[in-house]
Amino acid sequence: MTDNRIRIENVSKSFGTVEAVRNASLTVATGEVVLIIGPSGSGKSTLLRCVNRLETATSGEIYIDDDRVTDPHGNIRAIREEVGMVFQSFNLFPHLTVRDNIALSPRKVRGIPKEAAHTRAEELLARVGLSDKAANYPDQLSGGQQQRVAIARALAMQPKVMLFDEPTSALDPEMIKEVLDVMLDLAREGMTMLVVSHEMGFARAAADKVVFMDNGEVIETGTPDEVFDNPKEDRTKKFLAHIL
Amino acid sequence: MAQIESETRAQITVSDGALIPDRGESSVFSAWRISFFGALVLVVLLPVLAPDPYLEILQRLPEGIARTFQVTIVSILIALVIGLITGLGRISRITVVNRIATVYVEVIRGIPLLVQLFYIYFALGRFLALDRVVSAILAMSICYGAYMGEIFRAGIQAIPKGQMEAALALGMSRAQALRFVILPQTIRVILPPVGNEFIALLKDSSLVSIVAVTDLLRAGREYASTTFYYFETYTMVALIYLVLTLFFSKIVAIMEEKLNHDR
Repeated sequence: MTDNRIRIENVSKSFGTVEAVRNASLTVATGEVVLIIGPSGSGKSTLLRCVNRLETATSGEIYIDDDRVTDPHGNIRAIREEVGMVFQSFNLFPHLTVRDNIALSPRKVRGIPKEAAHTRAEELLARVGLSDKAANYPDQLSGGQQQRVAIARALAMQPKVMLFDEPTSALDPEMIKEVLDVMLDLAREGMTMLVVSHEMGFARAAADKVVFMDNGEVIETGTPDEVFDNPKEDRTKKFLAHIL
Repeated sequence: MAQIESETRAQITVSDGALIPDRGESSVFSAWRISFFGALVLVVLLPVLAPDPYLEILQRLPEGIARTFQVTIVSILIALVIGLITGLGRISRITVVNRIATVYVEVIRGIPLLVQLFYIYFALGRFLALDRVVSAILAMSICYGAYMGEIFRAGIQAIPKGQMEAALALGMSRAQALRFVILPQTIRVILPPVGNEFIALLKDSSLVSIVAVTDLLRAGREYASTTFYYFETYTMVALIYLVLTLFFSKIVAIMEEKLNHDR
């Protein structure tokens, strides 16, 4: 059990009478990259958001290492510090420079001194190829650049898990690659990643597992080759026929 | 509650002191210029051309203007603090806090300012014996605090949900997220309506003359009642209010423009 960094066990999530996620289970081992695919409205983003409790699971359990995310009395903030998240719409803080976007949480949550936090922010910016943008504001950057800053911001908390919620869906095609390249680097460095995305290229290059969800349920799980080339379930086949 | 949610966007633009000039208006003879410079010229010309009684009236008013400013500025500062607390209360997920803030807003917005002023000065005066100026400032602050609370609430709710989520996902508490992420962005959103409230409060401060605070209006009234120059005095008083409100509305418009361009 210990080498499973994320364990999602029989999780359901309802919004009123709508059941967005139904009895979903999956695991992500330490250092593994797992991709969740599925049609829109299949509950994949909702499931991802349950992992750092931006949504509270209605039933079921989620663990990150030995911390129980679904414990209503647990210290969710301590868990979130270790779980980075990247959003479809970037969600950079528009009133702060790129440098301050990255340094804010380390400073306020971890109490790291300003100088050290800024140095660290600049190291991370170098890593995502944006060293020259430290003093810029988010709206001066392209979408792809903003998303790379968002990744750097999440990494600044030195998380042991990274969640990606459709990180390239809001991007123009020519910017998708620069974001995927950063994600590929992360995967190669051994980051544990749970990614909601339809990027086949990324899946084949980096994913250890692909999970297909439909209608709130996990339908099929396998290696990228298994799921993409030899899907077992009809619903998976139908979905792949649409996006390939 | 559903009804309150649906008016979120409208709240922030609706104001009874809507004097902010249109930024598109660049004509030399814009409505603002005609009114402002027209009033200013009259305030200067009348005492020069007809020193008796206009110059004398003008000399009697500075003390009143100072009092009007004092009441307005102290009240708006207290109202901002009350408004911030109320706005946070209105979005609080703690039911008791939320309910207290909402009841405060509903009660205060349902009672005319003049009645509140009478209530604090005369009715509560029986128990508290508050100074006139203190009563006046208290009434204005409590009243405008409720309106300010709604502006803060609308301003906070106007910030996209993803901002709070991103802050929480980074391990911040809700309080930290509000302080470092949400409120700094809120200030930009609420500046125009807050400016309008300031101008509305400047005008409403004339009500305090009724509890015998010698503000601009009262100073004029005291002069007129001894000299019977009612027309001349109130003309001057009205012109000065006009110059002040139009001046501040321009300042607010400039600040708004600056905030929109740079940070």
